[in-house]
Amino acid sequence: MARFTGKKAKETPALNMGSMSDIIFMLLFFFMTITTMRESSLYVKITVPKATETVKLEKKSLVSYINVGVPMQGEFQKKYGTESRIQLNDMISEVSDIPLFVESELQARVEADRPFVTFSIKADKDTKMGLISDIKEELRNTGAFKIFYNAAKGERK
Amino acid sequence: MGRKTPGLNTSSMSDISFLLLAFFLLVSNINTDQGIARRLPPPLPKEQKEDIQIKERNIFVVKINFADRIQFNGELGDIHDLKDRAKEFLGNPNNDPNLPEKTQIDIPLLGKMDVSKGVISLQNDRGTSYDVYIAVQNELTAAINEMRDELSREKFGKKYSDLNDKQLDAIDMAIPVAISEAEPTKIGEKK
Repeated sequence: MARFTGKKAKETPALNMGSMSDIIFMLLFFFMTITTMRESSLYVKITVPKATETVKLEKKSLVSYINVGVPMQGEFQKKYGTESRIQLNDMISEVSDIPLFVESELQARVEADRPFVTFSIKADKDTKMGLISDIKEELRNTGAFKIFYNAAKGERK
Repeated sequence: MGRKTPGLNTSSMSDISFLLLAFFLLVSNINTDQGIARRLPPPLPKEQKEDIQIKERNIFVVKINFADRIQFNGELGDIHDLKDRAKEFLGNPNNDPNLPEKTQIDIPLLGKMDVSKGVISLQNDRGTSYDVYIAVQNELTAAINEMRDELSREKFGKKYSDLNDKQLDAIDMAIPVAISEAEPTKIGEKK
């Protein structure tokens, strides 16, 4: 009861910072739950085509990406040329590598989840359909039927 | 009683957690991927060589050539007409004898429904650009989505996107995604 004893506080009391870290931790956990980790870095340049009827890609943990595009300028173009290539995980690959990739992606999941694994084709808009058709054919023959064409939401001109 | 333990200085704790927070903000991304979902048909059995015969009235052929020009049923067309043409084809509201037949299917929640037998056949060239291919897929999806939305408003009085799982399944059965993709042609391929 310092207030009534007549003793006047000259200095402002120090703020209790003890709960500050708790608040920050709460923020941290919030962001950790709503975000996903960034994918492996891309070696190919991708500008996805625009579409109006897009849907969200659900269940990120059940998605495997197939990136298609022209290798990035600089050392990648020197190494892999300027034609469209496929990037699986961290490697520039051939169409014939897809069955193995599909197999390893399926093996990485629990057995109950395997039928729901989606293969997302993230391709540059200037890619020729020949390559995409080859990828689709390989996926079809390997038994990966759920596919997803990545596209940005937006009006086409 | 022993001596009082001196209070720990925890003011730098918040700095540490701020660092962690900043780190996670940098390495993670919030935006979810958007796109068009499709299901591939299972591979054909080896013995089956002949194509399944489909009546001409039940098929709507969309072709895209190597120069990204679009053709509907043999005549040159524009992508802006594609949605309406596809809706007209799949819906066949006036039971036109040149447009697809319908079969009656008993669907839970909806009762007996006329389900179109129409199939949209999509064929592209190996030289077609992915951009135009997605544009065509987008228009076809738009046609199907609009039809589903109309049916859903008629039957349930709600938007298609607001329906529950059972209602969604019922609508999906009444208006299936009937897109068949043919083997691409090889005219525009550079060797």
